[in-house]
Amino acid sequence: MDHSSKRGDRPGVSRRDFLRGTGAAATAVASLVKVPGVEAQEAKSGADVVAIGPGPVKLSLEVNGTTMTTNVEPRVTLLDALRNYLDVTGCKKVCDRGTCGACTVMVDGKPIYSCTMLALEAEGKKIRTAESLIDGGKLDPVPAAFVACDAQQCGFCTPGFVVAMRAVLDANPKATPAEVEKGLAGNICRCGTYEQMRHAIEDLCKAGGK
Amino acid sequence: MDNFVYYRPKTAEAAVGLLDAKWGTAELLAGGTDLVSLQKQYIARPKKVISLSQVQGLDQIEQSRGWPMTFKIGAGVKLATLAASSALRGSAAALAQAAEEIAGPQIRNMATLGGSLCQRNRCWYFRDEQSPCLLKGGDKCFALDGENRYHAIFTQGRKCVIASPSTVATPLMVLGAIAQVLSPKGKREIPLAEFFKAPTGPEDREHVLAPDEMLLSVSFSIASDKVKSASYEVRQKLSSDWPLVQASVAFELDGGTAKNVRIALGHVAPVPMLSAEAAKAIEGKPINEETAAAAGEAATSGAKPLSQNGYKVRLLAVAVKRALLTAAGAKKYWEV
Repeated sequence: MDHSSKRGDRPGVSRRDFLRGTGAAATAVASLVKVPGVEAQEAKSGADVVAIGPGPVKLSLEVNGTTMTTNVEPRVTLLDALRNYLDVTGCKKVCDRGTCGACTVMVDGKPIYSCTMLALEAEGKKIRTAESLIDGGKLDPVPAAFVACDAQQCGFCTPGFVVAMRAVLDANPKATPAEVEKGLAGNICRCGTYEQMRHAIEDLCKAGGK
Repeated sequence: MDNFVYYRPKTAEAAVGLLDAKWGTAELLAGGTDLVSLQKQYIARPKKVISLSQVQGLDQIEQSRGWPMTFKIGAGVKLATLAASSALRGSAAALAQAAEEIAGPQIRNMATLGGSLCQRNRCWYFRDEQSPCLLKGGDKCFALDGENRYHAIFTQGRKCVIASPSTVATPLMVLGAIAQVLSPKGKREIPLAEFFKAPTGPEDREHVLAPDEMLLSVSFSIASDKVKSASYEVRQKLSSDWPLVQASVAFELDGGTAKNVRIALGHVAPVPMLSAEAAKAIEGKPINEETAAAAGEAATSGAKPLSQNGYKVRLLAVAVKRALLTAAGAKKYWEV
């Protein structure tokens, strides 16, 4: 009996390929859809106003130091643009209502919920995701402390936590453990690995975030 | 979320020019923490979303030197900026304290002063796409005899019993703030105490602005360094939670007694409300645990809680007491 389950041998499509495929299909359909009552105003910009959409428009984002370009409708959130259009999948979609913190990214150095910001609002800003927390194979001290302290279980919330924690330590390298914890108030871990995270925070604060 | 045309005006006048004469078809986008979630729930379905990100001057805090000290805060100032402002911490502590307690860091980095004042309410029937409540054109308020543990406790004569959602409203009311508003006809001013209204139907918002008006800034003046203020809120969770009750207080501490006392109550009525009874109870008196507790009791007079939220009456008395003691610099007996 062949138990081979290597990914490449599997028939069908991977989850990511499926999402990518449906995303492309959605884009193709959406370009034909008009918003009733506003067709006449499409792309009609004046001296004091830029009008964008409702069809897909070109979007350039600076993500982790690289300029990335795609086409999105105005309603696409920064999270969906990053994950489904630009394949930057570190930020996770969990509550999608600005509550859980799994989608946390830094915009101009400040942690925000990417699920609740329109992608168009992030144009011209510097976006930093969990993918930036590794440099030439060397892990940033924050995720490294998570590894050393076993501060994750399922790991789905981890990219949001490490970005939020990096933001606190970037803003104040001398932050106390209590200040770091305050900076994580917008993130939730449903596995409840807070105790191990406290160990990681303690180690990081002793080392000045390094 | 429905799709829309996204506008990026460069001036407040251009933004107002894009608004419509009725609610629902055009929305101003500031931090987006309220609007984007409402769009995902299909509660807000605008055809036009007008981004304020490129409008100049909305994110400034202006402050005069010396007394009286005047502050003018742009509607686009982030809550994180309010919380971190040392000038506000020193002279208008009620506002900085309230801003610091809102949600978590990500929300405070996105959400704005103007958005907080103009946000929609948090009633779960209103936010549920499937519930045709009074504010969505239905014929009844489901919270009146439904799940109402987080709703208003001052309910007399109210058709809709939402709790006022803005946490920066109460400190601004006790500081005597005035809102600067841009309408198609020009600028006008509204005292914050008259800025809010209780909505009763789909044509109403939680404030008195017309559909084609935009909040530009709020301003207030602090008479002297004798003016003390504070905000105190009670939540279920340590952070990232909505207040169950909130109290803001401001007074002049003169020779050990409180003068010109103003006390505002948040999240307990469809509008944030000034409590004349609570202010009267402590006017001209020294502030200590006994007098502050009496003012807290006075703040609850007239409360008529719903079936599940009688507990908020007790919390409100405590919040007023602790806000008064905090403002007076008394020992915080509740912190161990």
